[in-house]
Amino acid sequence: MKTGLQKADPRGVLTGVHFMDGDHACCEGALAAGSRFAAGYPITPSTEVVERFASRVPTVGGTFIQMEDELAASITLQGAVWGGAKAFTVTSGPGFSLMMEHIGYAAMTETPCVFVDVQRGGPSTGLPTLPAQADMMQAKWGSHGDYEIIALCPNSPQECFDLTIKAFNLAEEFRVPVMFMMDECVGHMSEKVVIPPADQIEVVPRRHTHKSIEDYLPYGANGDQVPEMAHAGEGYNFHVTGLTHDERGYPNMTLPVQDKLVRRLQSKIRDAADRIAMFEEEQLDGADVIVVSYGITSRVAQRAIEAARERGLRVGKLRLITAWPFPDKKIRELAAKTKAFVVPELNLGQMVGEVERAAAGQAKTFAVSHAGGGVHNPEDILKVIVEAAR
Amino acid sequence: MQLKEIRIAGFGGQGVILSAIVLGKAASIYQGAYATMTQNFGPEARGGACSAQLVVSGSPVLYPYVTKPDIMVVMSQEAFVRFAPELKDGGILIVEQDLVRVSDLKKEVQVYSVPATRIAEELGKRMVLNSVMVGFFTAVTKLLNADAVRKAVADSVPANFSELNLKAFEKGFEYGTAALTAPANRADAELQLQYSPE
Repeated sequence: MKTGLQKADPRGVLTGVHFMDGDHACCEGALAAGSRFAAGYPITPSTEVVERFASRVPTVGGTFIQMEDELAASITLQGAVWGGAKAFTVTSGPGFSLMMEHIGYAAMTETPCVFVDVQRGGPSTGLPTLPAQADMMQAKWGSHGDYEIIALCPNSPQECFDLTIKAFNLAEEFRVPVMFMMDECVGHMSEKVVIPPADQIEVVPRRHTHKSIEDYLPYGANGDQVPEMAHAGEGYNFHVTGLTHDERGYPNMTLPVQDKLVRRLQSKIRDAADRIAMFEEEQLDGADVIVVSYGITSRVAQRAIEAARERGLRVGKLRLITAWPFPDKKIRELAAKTKAFVVPELNLGQMVGEVERAAAGQAKTFAVSHAGGGVHNPEDILKVIVEAAR
Repeated sequence: MQLKEIRIAGFGGQGVILSAIVLGKAASIYQGAYATMTQNFGPEARGGACSAQLVVSGSPVLYPYVTKPDIMVVMSQEAFVRFAPELKDGGILIVEQDLVRVSDLKKEVQVYSVPATRIAEELGKRMVLNSVMVGFFTAVTKLLNADAVRKAVADSVPANFSELNLKAFEKGFEYGTAALTAPANRADAELQLQYSPE
């Protein structure tokens, strides 16, 4: 059962053609998606998102709270969600690390929300003003226990707008925290951003229960693995806990309840992986080498791909717009038809391991690593494409 | 439009970033081309060097940074010293005449200079020096359609300063048009001859 789509509330939509950076575009995407609450602890290079939100959201009837730290920010937004708001927080690496506890809490309590991570060089405080893509595994595995999240990777300010709306929609549809994995380069780069009229923007509303107060079970099954929500103050009885809980939301730490709950948290996302997956594909048919990339690196890689084609090499492009759930099936299918994958990324090898795992030996996998602090020199990617094509 | 890499540099408060935004807007919104603007962030950004990178092209811009600028605008001596060496051979160098002394430039480039700050002060507001510079840039580089840039100027400044900024743009544009036809009119004119193939 798919939640019925609604049109965006025109009050939050800054319709027009703008020249803005990715951080600002992300903020406008959140407003267009209907977010009226954010809690944050500003950190470079993500500050502009909440700075803009703090000035814009009061004009459309919403709230921004600057919290004392990232732990507070990441749990406060969840309180807002249970109060009925669409909410998000924004951070970068060091803050993302602090938020891990509450990302697990959001996954366990099935709180629909968005975590924006404008990635910078790490580890630790690393390179505050320079790009990296080294939080990709943290986005998936950073909190303890078995859980699933969704992660999206924009590669332009326009996508920072479009995909932020998508991130909120996916969060609502699956009741899951969605990781919005930007990077400093995309966040601080200004380009043309077209914001359409509100009636052309589709938003997914909260899966609010249609049941009566007597019949409502906060974590009851309703046919598609994603339970319905009720909000605080409406008279419904519900209990929200990070402890293993039964359909009423009450702690029940028995093996059958744990097994049923944790498997559902995983399968509600994995079973829908094909539907969630978004790619940009180019010349994959007959490609000897396929370059798999995401975020800003996909644009840098495009230069290398074009240079390789000029040399007569048959090179395809697969850009991951959805990084998590990882598109195993797509990589498996391509691996059967190509010689090699080349995976450039601004880290020392994260998503390349996933490509290699999904390819399962059918095609070779080459990493083009980069420690962050800048983007690749396209020449370095080209060299590996040439080597992979041999 | 062929891909052009542009760097604009000076110090904080000169409107370096706004100049790049105006030119990027003109290209991508009012002229149907593509533009990507990035700014240098770093501990040195406040009070000191400030620099913006702009890539404009007739097709989508992939690589977002400037590697070998075709055009460079420098509004401080520090910016000149730091960035001028990266200018492409045969490129265009635009300088703030009163703030930059061009020297030790070991390559063939066309140098155009404009007293943008002085012109802005004559208009009554020093702050509009970036609009003077944008007008001068538009005239000497001929990269962008002047009307597209005018629209971008009007669109990028507070409404009550729109008229003044447009006036500043015209002053800069006129100065640039004159610079293209007349011989260099500046104290260090010999440098102009030395570095310009014209």
